[in-house]
Amino acid sequence: MMEQNTLDRWYAASPAETAGVGTIPLTQIPMLPYAAFAADMRALLLLPDGTPNPNNRCVAYFAVREKGEGGLLCYALVARDAERDVLAGGYELDYYREEFPPSLAREIPALHVYEREITELYGIRFTDSPWDKPLRYPFNRHHRDDSIDTYPFYAMESRDLHEVQVGPVHAGIIEPGAFRFLCDGERIVHLEIALGYQHRGVEALMAGTDNRLKQILLGESIAGDTVVGHATAVAGILEAGAAAEEWTGRDVIRCERAVALEMERMAVHIGDTAALCMDMGYQTGHVACEALRTLVINAMQQWCGNRFGKGLVRPFGAHHRLTLERAKHIETTLTEVMERYRTVGRDLLSTPSVLARLEGICPVTRRQALRVGAVGPAARMAGVMRDVRQTFNCYPLSGFEPVVIDAEQDGTHGDLLARLKMRLREAEVSYTMIMAGCKELAGRWFEAYPAPDYSRPMPAEALLFSLVEGWRGEICHVALTDTEGKMAAYKVYDPSLHNWMMLALSVRGAQISDFPVSNKSFNLSYCGHDL
Amino acid sequence: MLLTRLKVLLQHGTQYIRHLDRVKLCDEFRGRPVLRSNGLSPAAATELCSLCPTGAIAYDGRLKLDMGRCLFCGECAARYPNHVRFTNDYRLASPTREGLVVTEGDAPEWSFDQQAVRPEIKRLFGRALHLREVSAGGDNSCEMELGAAGNVNFDMGRYGIGFTASPRHADGVVVTGPVTANMARELESTWQAVPEPKVLIVVGTDAISGGLFADSPAVNRAFFEVHKPDLYVPGNPSHPMTFITGVRAMLQPLSDAEKPDEEKVAEPKAKKAKSKRVKPQAEQQSEKQGN
Repeated sequence: MMEQNTLDRWYAASPAETAGVGTIPLTQIPMLPYAAFAADMRALLLLPDGTPNPNNRCVAYFAVREKGEGGLLCYALVARDAERDVLAGGYELDYYREEFPPSLAREIPALHVYEREITELYGIRFTDSPWDKPLRYPFNRHHRDDSIDTYPFYAMESRDLHEVQVGPVHAGIIEPGAFRFLCDGERIVHLEIALGYQHRGVEALMAGTDNRLKQILLGESIAGDTVVGHATAVAGILEAGAAAEEWTGRDVIRCERAVALEMERMAVHIGDTAALCMDMGYQTGHVACEALRTLVINAMQQWCGNRFGKGLVRPFGAHHRLTLERAKHIETTLTEVMERYRTVGRDLLSTPSVLARLEGICPVTRRQALRVGAVGPAARMAGVMRDVRQTFNCYPLSGFEPVVIDAEQDGTHGDLLARLKMRLREAEVSYTMIMAGCKELAGRWFEAYPAPDYSRPMPAEALLFSLVEGWRGEICHVALTDTEGKMAAYKVYDPSLHNWMMLALSVRGAQISDFPVSNKSFNLSYCGHDL
Repeated sequence: MLLTRLKVLLQHGTQYIRHLDRVKLCDEFRGRPVLRSNGLSPAAATELCSLCPTGAIAYDGRLKLDMGRCLFCGECAARYPNHVRFTNDYRLASPTREGLVVTEGDAPEWSFDQQAVRPEIKRLFGRALHLREVSAGGDNSCEMELGAAGNVNFDMGRYGIGFTASPRHADGVVVTGPVTANMARELESTWQAVPEPKVLIVVGTDAISGGLFADSPAVNRAFFEVHKPDLYVPGNPSHPMTFITGVRAMLQPLSDAEKPDEEKVAEPKAKKAKSKRVKPQAEQQSEKQGN
């Protein structure tokens, strides 16, 4: 096959053997002419008929300023589920270029976030771009005069339509983001989501320091509801250079992180069930799940002193061992929680008034999910199987079974009910994995427990990446190191970056009153997107 | 169907914490720090201070820890267990910024400077305080904990404290997050939309000092140069109990808390304070009768 041959020039990393972490020497990444790069991206991400390839997805695509030269170096990482590898390639943009490169986002809509980011940061206007809407108004944007306060929302001129603006400050205790609805009566014609209010400059701070403790703490505050997920990704980057044999206690630490990650997932899924019940006006489910989430996060607090797991994940070691006693506490607590959560689940799925509020409401099709590049539960509930835990074998725990809502088996997929079922089932899987993890750790109680190490060098002149399946989906962190092994650039990709478009699509044609329920069903991160 | 519903309710049982005054968190929780510099060499002291990524620890013969900068990551306590220890005391809030600095040799109990609270806060909001929350770059952990403060477990609504949707209905604003440049205008306009008199509460290390983001070019903290907070609630994130005890202390009538202190204060001042104190007591009585 001709396609296969051209792809051979891309560097293939196999993170399946290294827990989702990869190290690629910068010199090995092919810098292709843009036309060749674009052709390869098409070959990777599209099927011959032009539809998205469900097995492959772009997990990172960014530009960095070339040192001294002023040109841009662009890198892309494409994950392939079937081959279980990550391909790396890129291209250069000369400072004195005559014209802008043609956009890929029109053919491959999932790339829109990446192209918009490059446009926003460097003023590269990809020709024929569907919409180079600013992504997050970062402090280092190309056009400093543009302000988020004067963002020009998409408008439709019609005497029959009206606009509804919600946010950026919302009515609840949640993060800021602006929603503009174009409505025909109560029916939503289009929802535009404008983000960036939460931009704190995480990536610049990450690359601007050598202090590893500060870096892991920054990782913990990328998104406060995904502390373990993002901190694990940062730890993966910091540990990328170390071989397994140079690191005693690695298996214990990896197993503990997996348990913590699943506890985080379980807590959020239960909490989101509560939120979903609240917004559809079902108070029994709301209060019951709220109380259950408290039990899970309190168990986390009893383990590491923080209800969200802050302080738990550290590079090369940790301060809070999951002792037999702590594991026992987690096992008994979560067994009770799961028992009660199952009852709530049965209650929800057998209550006609609840089902009427969920069935067929705010659907997203499998095709849409593939086109916008949805990841995590948001993709799986629409029938797209994407789970880093499965693909890259980065799970030390055996017996993991990913959940996917299937149209044939479940009668439907993509609607609010599918999102609720996703939560109910994934919490069940998390529970099983936590129990397996505790059991595994109990058998390793005699093994050495390493203290964190903040001084180990990172490989020089390399591109490091780390993939973690957080509860929202695939988290991808990428770092570039310089000749001394210092961080030269850092990129963070929260699953929300891809999934916000799912929310916008889900409410097309729905009622305005459906929006809060759909919003809760996705529960996307503002700060994870804005960084 | 009905049986499942009954089972849910039965398993749910009673969830609220009956006595919020007696809550004790687990030993692992990192709350009020205790410091001790005995046996700490100057070189080790410098190292300890430079260990903290937000510069919360200082040493000038005595160790000091600024809870307004501390991320409660516990790294200092793990490396220097003989000099820094985090107790499980969640009562950390203070009406002054200086009150957040814990100095070696301080009394281990929580001291809340009641005199620093504006009298009108106690007078007007003592029985009900409704707040508008603005997340200005918060990472959603403080926001979730503030939400939890009103949930079925902590139920701070029992004290008349709660969150409201509109700034027009609010008695004050709660700020979380380091205040991003992109939220600066929105925060100011929300504050302006709250009618006077109003309260300003900052929750979480990010909001109090900027935390990890204090030096970020994406942050704009001009808001705090103009508006002085009435209450600082530290934590990363602040535990719901830290918030509840802090707000309750702020609203507490002076008569309850200040008696021992005022006896030490010179006579004329005490008399003045006495005449002021009559009102809250009367209010309290009427509250009892109302109940």
